[in-house]
Amino acid sequence: MSTNSLHSLWTTAAEEPGAIPTPHIEYAELSPTLIVIGAALIGIVIEAFVPRKHRYTAQLLVAVTALASAFAAVVGLAVSGRGSGESKIAAMGAIAVDGPALFLQGTILLVGLISALIFAERRLDPVAHGKQVDSFAAQAAAAPGGEAEREAVRAGYTTTEVYPLVLFAIGGMLVFPAANDLLTLFIALEVFSFPLYVMCALARRNRLMSQEAAVKYFLLGAFSSAFMLFGVALLYGYSGAIDYAGIARVISGTEPTTNATLAQTTGNDALLLIGAAMVLLGMLFKVGAVPFHMWTPDVYQGAPTPVTGFMAAATKVAAFGALLRLLYVVLPGLRWDWEPVMWGVAILTMLGGAVLALTQTDIKRLLAYSSVAHAGFILAGVIATSEDGVSSVLFYLAAYSFVTLGAFAVVTLVRDAGGEATHLSKWAGLGRRSPLVAAVFAVFLLAFAGIPLTSGFTGKFAVFKAAAESGAGALVVVGVVSSAIAAFFYIRVIVLMFFQEPKADGPSVAVPSLLTTAAIGVGVAVTVVLGVAPQYFLDLAGQAGVFVR
Amino acid sequence: MEALIGLLVGAPLLGAAVLLCGGRRLDRTGHWLGTALAAASFVIGLILFIDMLGREAEQRAMHQHLFSWIPVADFRADVAFQLDQLSMTFVLLITGVGTLIHLYSVGYMEHDERRRRFFGYLNLFLAAMLLLVLADNYLLLYFGWEGVGLASYLLIGFWQHKTSAATASKKAFLVNRVGDIGLAIAVMLMFTTFGTFTFGPVLESTGAAGEGKLTAIGLMLLLAACGKSAQVPLQSWLGDAMEGPTPVSALIHAATMVTAGIYLVVRSGAIFNASPDAQLVVVTVGAVTLLYGAIVGCAKDDIKKALAGSTMSQIGYMMLAAGLGPIGYAFAIMHLVTHGFFKAGLFLGAGSVMHGMNDDVDMRKYGGLRKYMPVTFVTFGLGYLAIIGFPGLSGFFSKDMIIEAAFAKGGAQGWILGSCALLGAAITAYYMTRVMILTFFGPERWSKEGPDARHPHESPKSMTIPMIVLAVGSVGAGFVFDLNESFVHWLEPVTALEHGHPPMSAMTITAGTVVALLIGVGTAWAQYGRRPVPVQAPRGSLLTRAARRDLLQDDFNHVVLVKPGEYLTRGLVYLDHKVVDGFVNGTAASFGGLSGRMRRVQNGFVRSYAVSMFGGAVLLLAATLLMRAV
Repeated sequence: MSTNSLHSLWTTAAEEPGAIPTPHIEYAELSPTLIVIGAALIGIVIEAFVPRKHRYTAQLLVAVTALASAFAAVVGLAVSGRGSGESKIAAMGAIAVDGPALFLQGTILLVGLISALIFAERRLDPVAHGKQVDSFAAQAAAAPGGEAEREAVRAGYTTTEVYPLVLFAIGGMLVFPAANDLLTLFIALEVFSFPLYVMCALARRNRLMSQEAAVKYFLLGAFSSAFMLFGVALLYGYSGAIDYAGIARVISGTEPTTNATLAQTTGNDALLLIGAAMVLLGMLFKVGAVPFHMWTPDVYQGAPTPVTGFMAAATKVAAFGALLRLLYVVLPGLRWDWEPVMWGVAILTMLGGAVLALTQTDIKRLLAYSSVAHAGFILAGVIATSEDGVSSVLFYLAAYSFVTLGAFAVVTLVRDAGGEATHLSKWAGLGRRSPLVAAVFAVFLLAFAGIPLTSGFTGKFAVFKAAAESGAGALVVVGVVSSAIAAFFYIRVIVLMFFQEPKADGPSVAVPSLLTTAAIGVGVAVTVVLGVAPQYFLDLAGQAGVFVR
Repeated sequence: MEALIGLLVGAPLLGAAVLLCGGRRLDRTGHWLGTALAAASFVIGLILFIDMLGREAEQRAMHQHLFSWIPVADFRADVAFQLDQLSMTFVLLITGVGTLIHLYSVGYMEHDERRRRFFGYLNLFLAAMLLLVLADNYLLLYFGWEGVGLASYLLIGFWQHKTSAATASKKAFLVNRVGDIGLAIAVMLMFTTFGTFTFGPVLESTGAAGEGKLTAIGLMLLLAACGKSAQVPLQSWLGDAMEGPTPVSALIHAATMVTAGIYLVVRSGAIFNASPDAQLVVVTVGAVTLLYGAIVGCAKDDIKKALAGSTMSQIGYMMLAAGLGPIGYAFAIMHLVTHGFFKAGLFLGAGSVMHGMNDDVDMRKYGGLRKYMPVTFVTFGLGYLAIIGFPGLSGFFSKDMIIEAAFAKGGAQGWILGSCALLGAAITAYYMTRVMILTFFGPERWSKEGPDARHPHESPKSMTIPMIVLAVGSVGAGFVFDLNESFVHWLEPVTALEHGHPPMSAMTITAGTVVALLIGVGTAWAQYGRRPVPVQAPRGSLLTRAARRDLLQDDFNHVVLVKPGEYLTRGLVYLDHKVVDGFVNGTAASFGGLSGRMRRVQNGFVRSYAVSMFGGAVLLLAATLLMRAV
């Protein structure tokens, strides 16, 4: 593209202000996102004006109310038919309101709601100077080990900013899978990534590790964002459009040129291929696919455990949603190019995650690698490129996110003097000491392993079935082999908990308040219900399997 | 009316659930609850029976569809009941005898602290057995079949603190599994052949299937019947099953459950009718078992084991009759019912004797008990007369019919089968007379002093009343059934009926039976009545010694099945350890090693991560471009 043409692009836009139409915003269709973002803004105002001792209650109330009402809005949209027959594209083509978007938004909101409950847990950490505290730093800006930190701890401060942060993240995540043009996609990515980076740094204990994790996550995230943004630019260069439908039309050749000024580059396949691969890369980074997974174990381990649970569940849902839309709406014409590559990524991810998890000794790192392996399983469903593929992925994401949330919530309970006891050796004999907690964790592990009568089995069965039906038999074989490898380390933890003598100086299980209990209870209930009687939810995901174009 | 059919099963099932889940608070009243529910089932059975009698013979069968059990594509299994004359007969026998034995157990198990559980198991048995005979398809029948197997296992091992009882229950369970596999295979074959396992369609369309297929199904059904009914070669469990409490022996291992095999064969009559080969095997099994059981019964000094041998032998008669086809089905069932009366009565009598003799079962230490237990003596005596076929009593009619039908089979087969049956009758008379003499007559051989002192006494009312009722049945049932061939005609719509034509007149055969009876009784009297009976069993002849060891059945099983099985297991364990484990552990170790090496890449430096991402990106782009180039 010459300088000339680029110049003319800008000047054309500047010369005709009338060409930019007044935006037309469908408030009803966008209400879930608007509610959450609005609540996040209220949260900031609360931080500024409400006295410190009332902030916790106020923030929690605002967050829970906002998430619940946003979920109600999603349900309302789905009931009014936006999820199936009357799906539409809102906000001047920026946001799609269709089945997959609503299903994923609903899942993200429920995950967010439960995460908010886990965030608000204040019974686990010992009372500090007469004040109940949660898992977050007393004052995030204070240097670890410094005088300011000691003062903040003494004063019993907590970082209540975490609630607006999580609301902003959820707002971005709601937009990400619904984004219908590349710029919205990118902005949504950044909107949910930045609060996550910050939240990773907020751990009350092991603050250095937490901050290190945050910096790593930020650097690598910025790196991947750069790739993605460059990919967006290349795709624009190829097609002259940023909206999904427009790009798809150019790829399929139905509308060869959309922009006369880009005539020289339009239709250049090298731009298309490189651009598409780079945008894909950005998403693969977010879902933690091999070889872009290396941030996961470090970040999962360093971040405060409630944040890890939220991140592991919700980010994955949002990123896979966006990936699905990209592959199904923008790049179906390129299927023969991306399919083999995605095959390779899926195989690497499944095997890599499972094999690497074998030798982990820290429960959070183990779950991190397990999440990598699961990303591979979901990719197998993504590759199916059929309506069944979409709905199986939707179901898997919903099932998986609740198991993950529950598992990390249980991790917050097992503690010793140094906070959470995440080293696996400390979990030995937990089943003897706290049979209920160990049993609940065993349920989650069995679900991760995909044992029948848990949601993990139903989900895995659905994605593998979709993949096999679309001819990806070999992928399914690799998937099953990886599941077998993965089963080893999940079962190993169960063996550790139930069939080994407890250690004398082993950790104790803290008794949580109603908040965490409720969160874990919901996790178990969803895990079992989706395993025993999944039909209704499979149907729900099945109805939500069609993207609006 | 149809709605009542479900209640037949429901009442004892409710009892089982309440008694087994109810806990200790039911310890005081639980047995009466169990008995009441068994009686309720009997009353429902009577109501249905009266209702059935009020209808035309052809319209007597009733159906009740409860719910769809397993609906999967073409595979449909329903929980549905069919109550026809055959099922009705069984229902009355099971609930009637069952109720009496519940009543008897109230007294018999009085001092057992786990009595509530015992009644729970008994009710469970009744429910499963009723399900078995009421099912309208083979799959549901199979369910009941396994249910009675479970109840039998639980009850044989009821006194599990005794090693012998625990072992016996395990043995019964294992041997029965062999038979159950036969039933499972038969059901599968039926499904592949007929596409269904509902009685109606299967039995009506036997013409459409090849004879080979039908023979296979028939033989598998027979295998199942052999297991449940203790027929050769799966007979070995019945003797040991006598370790269970005596009411259990009476109800399950004499009157009802062990006859399930006969029910199965008669119910599947259409299949056997169409396959003469399978029928031949059935009669052979029957003839062999009736002699086998009789010989074993002669040598046992344990009163219950002698009766167990007799049960085996009598069921052999039924099996023989069932194998004869339409000329025998009705007589098989008739003998089954009369046997239900007199054998249950005999077992309850034996239980009563044991009750008075401190649970001693060795007949050589009995003798002269008639003075001490008059009611037991009279009822047992009537049962004795019935089983040996004393003219006019129930066993006489039913057994005589079977012998007649066996001769009527015709040809050499008829002669062989008839002679076997006749010989069996003589041996039956012999061993039953032996039991009678050893127990109730002769000198009193039990010790009257010392630690082993016995104080024989009559049993309480709750035990004697059931014995009296059963004795009445043993005496009268045969006559009633034989009146105008009422029983045979009652069953005719289900089993069809052909009159056999024996090579000689019926009177000659009856006379032969009576002669055989007299020979048997005479021999036994000569051997045990006239000479004193040694308290220690003499060494005996080779046959006697073999018969005491159940004709070496366990030795045979040990050498032919257990030993090779052990070697096979050892071999497989070796293979598993060396080859399979080696492979599995090797695979695991190699993945572990791989994991350890891959871990090193994860070094914690963000720069390395970025490099790996960059490398990944380059790969991704290269692969994408390469795909297009290729």
